[in-house]
Amino acid sequence: MVNELEFEKPVIELKRKIAELKEFTKQSDVDLSSEIEKLEARLSRLEEEIYENMDPWDRIQIARFPERPTSLDYIQYLFTDFLELHGDRVYGDDGAVVGGIAKFEGLPVTVIGQQRGKDTKENIRRNFGMPHPEGYRKAMRLMKQAEKFKRPIISFIDTKGAYPGKAAEERGIAESIARNLFEMSGLSVPIICLIIGEGASGGALGIGVGDHIHVLENSWFSVISPESAAALLWKDASQAKRAVATMKMTAPELKELGIIDELIPEVKGGAHKDPRAQAELMRPVLAASLKELRAYAPEELVEKRYEKYRKIGVFSTLEQFARQ
Amino acid sequence: MLKDFFSKPKKRKYATIPSDHTKQEVPEGIMSKCPKCGKIMYTKELQKNLKVCLHCGYHYQMTAYERVESLLDEGTFEEFDRGLVSKNPLAFPGYLEKLEKDRKKTNLNEAVLTGKGNIQERPVVLSVMDAQFRMGSMGSVVGEKITRAIEEADRLHVPFIIFTASGGARMQEGIYSLMQMAKTSAALERFSRHGGLTVTVMTHPTTGGVTASFASLGDINLAEPGALIGFAGRRIIEQTIREELPEVFQTAEFLLEHGQLDAVVKRHDLKKTLAGILDIHQPTNAGELQW
Repeated sequence: MVNELEFEKPVIELKRKIAELKEFTKQSDVDLSSEIEKLEARLSRLEEEIYENMDPWDRIQIARFPERPTSLDYIQYLFTDFLELHGDRVYGDDGAVVGGIAKFEGLPVTVIGQQRGKDTKENIRRNFGMPHPEGYRKAMRLMKQAEKFKRPIISFIDTKGAYPGKAAEERGIAESIARNLFEMSGLSVPIICLIIGEGASGGALGIGVGDHIHVLENSWFSVISPESAAALLWKDASQAKRAVATMKMTAPELKELGIIDELIPEVKGGAHKDPRAQAELMRPVLAASLKELRAYAPEELVEKRYEKYRKIGVFSTLEQFARQ
Repeated sequence: MLKDFFSKPKKRKYATIPSDHTKQEVPEGIMSKCPKCGKIMYTKELQKNLKVCLHCGYHYQMTAYERVESLLDEGTFEEFDRGLVSKNPLAFPGYLEKLEKDRKKTNLNEAVLTGKGNIQERPVVLSVMDAQFRMGSMGSVVGEKITRAIEEADRLHVPFIIFTASGGARMQEGIYSLMQMAKTSAALERFSRHGGLTVTVMTHPTTGGVTASFASLGDINLAEPGALIGFAGRRIIEQTIREELPEVFQTAEFLLEHGQLDAVVKRHDLKKTLAGILDIHQPTNAGELQW
């Protein structure tokens, strides 16, 4: 089955067994309803046990699940009147970044997001959700447009990182990300970032500077992907699990570190089990953010955003060293 | 034979001619061997030449203090935030020990030196990264020191100059390191909005999250010749696109050719070039034209 992950195998197996028994009951005269009832009770206990005790590595697996809803899925469920706008006006139209104008509960907004595919064909078109410079520049063009028309910006983050390719370097991938960090910190409209899957490094941050950062329960956001971290730190990419355990990159850990605003719960077993229901869990969080942020004057908003990032960092003062 | 064992070794009748290999293993300190052209020169002469190879013009890495000395008017440098040190927010095994070791090695508290001083009598706030300290990587302290330096330039109404040299974000501080990219960029944005001038000088090597934040955000972006400048690592790109990259890929010259830099400036010309830029940006009294 495509729809299963290693850690949830016991649940899937038990479900299969119950289905088999039900089928068997239908076809024969033997009454197994009490058996089935018992198994169903066991299933709900098992589900609780497994889904409420996921370790960070389990969450990473869900975040990477091919069937996990993408930016365009949430855009479809959360907004009306979405019109996709293409191109950076400089070089091309990056399929790994989508954007456009839409309405959220009647309010005009600008939406941008990183977009991966769910199958190989779509992934090739979307470059596996790994943007080139033109993706960041398209996003910035749309964000500037949003500022002009005083529309809040909603940004969906879901990337394994900016694309590490030759053309990306030639066209200034570093500058395109840097420029977005710079400009996003000064935009005079509310920016709400939603991390919906993977959030790797500068590639994620490139559309991820905002007033509120909300993260889906089974998403991660990190300075580096688990595999690259393992390769760098221990010269062994297969130690990714160890990197995840060390680096505190999953949503609950980020919440604990005070890096993110809201941790958005997911439907049982992960967002892919019911994307539409998942969107409905996001809606009130988004609505509350918009309500809060739209109350600020533009200068106030920019100042508050500055303070938000200004205070991130952990350090101390060593008088002894200072005197040397 | 046993007898030979006790007798003095016979004097060799030939002279030892060192091979090419041993000849180049000159002890550091007195002599230096250029990593590019392989020629040997006196370290003293190399130092006097701003650590630029006397034969091929290769720019050696400079320490942060050497850079300050080479640029600022004598006695004008005043260091900021020397006591700021990293903690270990993710409880990363061995991290604090590594920091302590590099503090001793470099006499720096972190991978960036910040302060103020004058370049040909024009006041600036200067930040200089030092790749010898944890490969110049950016964690909380690097981000905080650079942000404070930018804010100080804003308060003093003087230009901000930053020399970059970095392997990127610092793994051991995880998400805090990543967020320093946003923090420093936000500080530059505010400084820029207030009319402040930022000049960046990218030196060897400037990569990863540092290139993708403040290093690329100057009003004027300069680089030293031959400096490696890029976002992703060469090996990762080669693995991704499955082809070998040209030698010049991700060099300062390559970036200049692709429109990513304002100019590549030789180390000997840097002070003059920076002074010229500062001169053009001198605040003038509006309405009082000098010509």
